[in-house]
Amino acid sequence: MSETSLPHGFQYSNAGHQSGTAISGMWLFLATEVLFFGAIILSWIYCRHWNPAGFDAGAQKTQLAIGTINTVILLTSSLVYSAGLAFIEAGNRRRLIQCCVITWALGFSFLILKFGLEYYKDFSANLFPGSDFAINGALGGGARLFYVFYFVSTALHGIHMIGGLVLVGWIILRARRDEFTPLYFTPVAVVGLYWSFVDVVWIVLYALIYLVGRGS
Amino acid sequence: MSATTIETSEYATSYLTDGFTLRSWLLTTDHKRIALLYLGSITFFFFIGGAAAALIRYNLIVPEGMIASAETYNRIFTMHGVVMVWFFLIPAVPVTLGNFVVPLMLGARDLAFPKLNLISWYLFIIAGMVVVYSLFVGGVDTGWTFYTPLSSEYSNGHVVATVVAIFIAGFSSIATGLNFIVTIHRLRAPGMTWYKMPVFLWSLYATSVILVLATPVLAMTLILLGFERIFRVGVFDPALGGDPLLFQHLFWFYSHPAVYVMILPGFGVVSEIIPAFSRKRIFGYNFIVWCSISIAVISFLVWGHHMFVAGTSIYSAMVFSILSYLVAVPSAIKVFNWLGTMHKGYIRFDAPMLYALGFIGLFTIGGLTGLFVAALGADVHLTQTYFVVAHFHYVMVGGMVSAFFAGLHYWWPKITGRMYPEMWGRLGALIIFIGFNLTFFPQFILGYLGMPRRYHSYPPEFEVLNVLSSAGATILAVAYLLPLAYLTWSLLYGERAPANPWGATGLEWQTQSPPLTENFDETPIVTDPPYNYPPPEVVPHRV
Repeated sequence: MSETSLPHGFQYSNAGHQSGTAISGMWLFLATEVLFFGAIILSWIYCRHWNPAGFDAGAQKTQLAIGTINTVILLTSSLVYSAGLAFIEAGNRRRLIQCCVITWALGFSFLILKFGLEYYKDFSANLFPGSDFAINGALGGGARLFYVFYFVSTALHGIHMIGGLVLVGWIILRARRDEFTPLYFTPVAVVGLYWSFVDVVWIVLYALIYLVGRGS
Repeated sequence: MSATTIETSEYATSYLTDGFTLRSWLLTTDHKRIALLYLGSITFFFFIGGAAAALIRYNLIVPEGMIASAETYNRIFTMHGVVMVWFFLIPAVPVTLGNFVVPLMLGARDLAFPKLNLISWYLFIIAGMVVVYSLFVGGVDTGWTFYTPLSSEYSNGHVVATVVAIFIAGFSSIATGLNFIVTIHRLRAPGMTWYKMPVFLWSLYATSVILVLATPVLAMTLILLGFERIFRVGVFDPALGGDPLLFQHLFWFYSHPAVYVMILPGFGVVSEIIPAFSRKRIFGYNFIVWCSISIAVISFLVWGHHMFVAGTSIYSAMVFSILSYLVAVPSAIKVFNWLGTMHKGYIRFDAPMLYALGFIGLFTIGGLTGLFVAALGADVHLTQTYFVVAHFHYVMVGGMVSAFFAGLHYWWPKITGRMYPEMWGRLGALIIFIGFNLTFFPQFILGYLGMPRRYHSYPPEFEVLNVLSSAGATILAVAYLLPLAYLTWSLLYGERAPANPWGATGLEWQTQSPPLTENFDETPIVTDPPYNYPPPEVVPHRV
């Protein structure tokens, strides 16, 4: 069975044409996502520039340990997923499923740590920038802004993670139905692009939330 | 003539006959059917926005305002702006005409992602329902720009609902833009090289680049605005430690490129029609297409000209002023190209051509007055006056709506398989031109004399010009209702359209009218350059 004999959408000339188009579509979607997160990252850096001390005061109350563990978890999940992609290219469907399950479990534990544990600690410490916000005085304004960005960006990143888990779950189901072969694994590659992107966003957020302003 | 009759009788099957159930429309992934779903939807919103405009002009007939409350007036003009910008102007040409003809022009069977196309329509409808909801529960009073801290702190309108609607509509735009870009890259017929593509495709490509790169920034800005309003925390509100100028920067980073989303497709439509009705190759093809691209690029670098009096640095204002002048260059080149195309052409004044000529005139006035407000010194006097209102209506309404009607008449035979009544079409084009100028030209003078925008009352000395403007608006209303009436009539009683009623080039005219679901019997192979019109002596007479 060659690639030309695979089924494809009626608007494409062959399956390879469809596959390449799907991948370019995902790349373009990721470009829109760059601008989406870019807007909040730009605002974050801009506001930080005007309130450095307040942002530092906010950053020092973040949960560095949880953030770091989560970074490791997320990077590992992308590595595992990429391995799964390599496995299906080599025709090993069982290993693909295993890799996807591990990816899913790692992603899920990220969410548990982030929203189960870390948010719980943040809210307990009154770090939500509401009426009884923990940091007051001269640094209060900047710290509030820091936590606005913290909560909005992590919540949006979390929503992207949930979307990613749905997609990885979909890949698992399709792989179990034996739909992927070394000739056809486009959805695996497309979801992989998305999953890695969510990972990259986190790397930037990790630095902005936990690292900048923590020194000394 | 007889050949035409035989041809039409062969067209018993088409995309319109491919299923008659509601389901076959609501779950269709055919780009042509989705275009029609969109056409119905944006027409609905156009008349909602138009009704709001009618109320604005009704109110301004007398100096003290016909509608008692300033608050009500604020809500009316906000609804006019929001509905017209996000639910008519931005989607109008791309999602209707674009959706219909992009695959046809490319020689493709559909867009790259047909399901995404359908999803974009549903997103648009959900967004539209939310905005209609916010309208019926009382509307919003901030103006379409949602400036903070008015929108985040002081407004007592339904800011969050409206913002949610725009947020969702934004993703509909992104889906459409993404689909077009990928389709143009990947689904061109054999031989359809980039420089053989019709200019309309280049225009939509440039439009789509703006849609996919600018809209996400607006989405994030609206999230931050909504968060600020719901939780009373400050990103943009100075009282809460935020920066209102940051909001304006982010908003205009989207909204200035967005005005090119509203006009670039119009350039594309006109670039199809002028050569077709002048029987000539388009003049300076390469210039036109690269002007589209450069407008899209420069449009990202001029947003600061909306903020000359907002307290930004004088040096940044100077740079933005110069860059804004720069964007006028490619726009002007296009106008000269259209004129050059008509020069010594064999011009026919059918309705699409009349609308297109109206477009050139109105857009040129709108574009040139844009230079007045781009000039730093003049803008300090003119900003926030009716001069600005007149300027952007000349571009958006005079330009874009004329271009939309031009394209709608041009492709109507292809879309519906019926001819519209030509005399009524020409009359409509004439009335829109007269009504438009009567409505908006007085506003240039009003603005120059200092009448501020967004007030429900005005000093008595402005009354005559305002009455003129309102009178013009009634003519304009006729010009909008007229096509609605005769185009609807033509669906049932119009003459059957041949495959190529205009003798136009372009692959969309090589298939039957209306096209098959698969667009083409077999994939066309492109060998001719674009707009390869025969010399005048062999021009066929109109059938």
